[in-house]
Amino acid sequence: MSLQATIYLVVGLTFALYIGIAFWARAGSTKEFYVAGGGVHPIMNGMATGADWMSAASFISMAGMIGYMGYGGALFLMGWTGGYVLLAMLLAPYLRKFGKFTVPDFFKARFYSDTATIVAVICLLVASTTYIIGQMTGVGVAFSRFLGVSNNVGVVVGMAIVFVYAVFGGMKGITYTQVAQYCVLILAYTIPAIFISFQLTGNPIPQLGLGSTFSGSDMHMLEKLDHIVNDLGFGKYTTALPGDRLNMFVYTVSLMIGTAGLPHVIIRFFTVPKVKDARSSAGWALVFIAILYTTAPAVAAMARLNLHATINTAVKSGGDVFAEEASVQYDSRPEWFKRWEVTGLLTYEDKNADGRIQYYNDKSKNAEFLAQAEAAGWQGNELSVNNDIMVLANPEIARLPNWVIALVAAGGLAAALSTAAGLLLAISSAVSHDLLKNMFMKDLTEKGELMAGRIAMAAAIVGAGYLGMNPPDFAAGTVAIAFGLAASSIFPALMMGIFSKTMNKQGAIAGMLAGLLATMFYVFAHTGIFYVKGTEFYALFGGKDFFFGISPNAFGAIGAVINFAVAFAVKNMTAPVPSHIAEMVESVRIPRGAGEATGGH
Amino acid sequence: MEKSHELYWKKVLGLIRNVLIVWFLCSYGAGIMFASALDKIKLGGYPLGFWFAQQGSIYIFVALIFIYAKLMGKIDEEFDVEEK
Repeated sequence: MSLQATIYLVVGLTFALYIGIAFWARAGSTKEFYVAGGGVHPIMNGMATGADWMSAASFISMAGMIGYMGYGGALFLMGWTGGYVLLAMLLAPYLRKFGKFTVPDFFKARFYSDTATIVAVICLLVASTTYIIGQMTGVGVAFSRFLGVSNNVGVVVGMAIVFVYAVFGGMKGITYTQVAQYCVLILAYTIPAIFISFQLTGNPIPQLGLGSTFSGSDMHMLEKLDHIVNDLGFGKYTTALPGDRLNMFVYTVSLMIGTAGLPHVIIRFFTVPKVKDARSSAGWALVFIAILYTTAPAVAAMARLNLHATINTAVKSGGDVFAEEASVQYDSRPEWFKRWEVTGLLTYEDKNADGRIQYYNDKSKNAEFLAQAEAAGWQGNELSVNNDIMVLANPEIARLPNWVIALVAAGGLAAALSTAAGLLLAISSAVSHDLLKNMFMKDLTEKGELMAGRIAMAAAIVGAGYLGMNPPDFAAGTVAIAFGLAASSIFPALMMGIFSKTMNKQGAIAGMLAGLLATMFYVFAHTGIFYVKGTEFYALFGGKDFFFGISPNAFGAIGAVINFAVAFAVKNMTAPVPSHIAEMVESVRIPRGAGEATGGH
Repeated sequence: MEKSHELYWKKVLGLIRNVLIVWFLCSYGAGIMFASALDKIKLGGYPLGFWFAQQGSIYIFVALIFIYAKLMGKIDEEFDVEEK
């Protein structure tokens, strides 16, 4: 069977599976729609959380970013896993005990104010919408490469599939579909990694392969890679830093507390039966996530190595990388190269007109290296590689069988669609439950609310589809910004709601607004207002590095500090918290009497 | 009752603090702040700081959550506040 036919078959089968599950798990009540009926087993919930969590960015972009960044890529690995420790200890059990459907529900009760709820809803909508853009871009990339359709058609097909299981099944349909999607995506991620690790090191377990020696030599994989990238003028793989150590530190904090504050992750812990289950479920979620996250560094390093070895044949043998015949001839480039050129994610420009591809770091700070490159007749780097293709093209670069390539396509789509569904649920429940039912149309019947939830979901899907076709930034970048927003607004407010008995509504509202605005301000200053190029205004504040060189994606942690500081300052100047709220905080702290999640008041 | 509730919360916060100390030391400590010093030690083919940053801290996070969940269960039982 041809590659294209195999891809259609595998992707078609997984889609049929999702729709079948959606049909079986239709939601009949708001409880099923919002929290899947509340009876999801913790291991099952962990798996669904894993799929919900591991987005197009995790699946498609992350290994590429790590491969490109080297050691510093660890900020994604630690940031996107370490948050689960915080979630398990600081938020999940208490919010589960509180026993409502949504995150703004908690704000409404704990901060006894519609304003606090609306601010929470706005934060939630901003974070979820920013995040969903990244997912839709990922869907477009995966579809356009694998199904041979345009980006826009890809987005529409993806939206139609999500529509079927999210609109009819709500959280119930989404949960069980996500369990299936987890299985697809984890197989799709690990199988090629196992093959490649075995090819390169003889060790089939990628986590160990990365620390092993090359087959038939006694040189360690990472040592070799350090040499290769060094030879080509890049920073050393095992020590390269993103900016400086401070930036890496702050960035990791942002991603961790952003993870713990993202509403679509938090609502997953409302679906388990007990407080105890919320704690262990976070552990299971991290187990399932860790399988991918500990494989990713191996995929990253091996893909980087394979890519360099393909373009410059001298790097693997240890020969002279500057020799003319070392650089591969453009005319004899491999098949996968041609296929990815079509998507525009891989581009070649013959700067020195020698018909060969020179791929090196022409911005190296090593003058000696640059002089050698110039002496060899190299006139600049001729290959640009989009990070996103590292995972998607990896099996092709390593010449794996067609069914593996097809599986990777299905896995990328599963990752993007499962996260999109979780986000859409967070968005639609915020609109139908928190805004309509709890604020503007209090006499809405359950049936009416269910209908409103479905309409909100459908509208959110259309909106997300539009943004997916007109994305403001590359996939992973927008996702990082969503984290900054969750980190600077939602996480601190939840923490103060649970751990401070004295935090009042004025403090919480002021804190959230201050954190959110400071972060948005910093991000927009660097990337343009609403990411519109040319509207950056960082020049007004002392240039690009105006806050200790913290990158805009990392600023959420600073926003969170601002949030806490403003909240406590305002709290001390305003009326104390009512006594019944303080009592409620007390009761949320002990697990007994958690009961089932209910939407009523 | 009031006394025991206060003691319960104190114990919970103590547990959270201990877990957070380990959490911080293995990720921010070994993975970032002291990574270059640790890199001088090798764990197989891994420089140790690099290993903590890209592998080790994740394994430790998983273990921490389950240890926390287990110890919390014990505290809940000790103070008789677990769910029936």
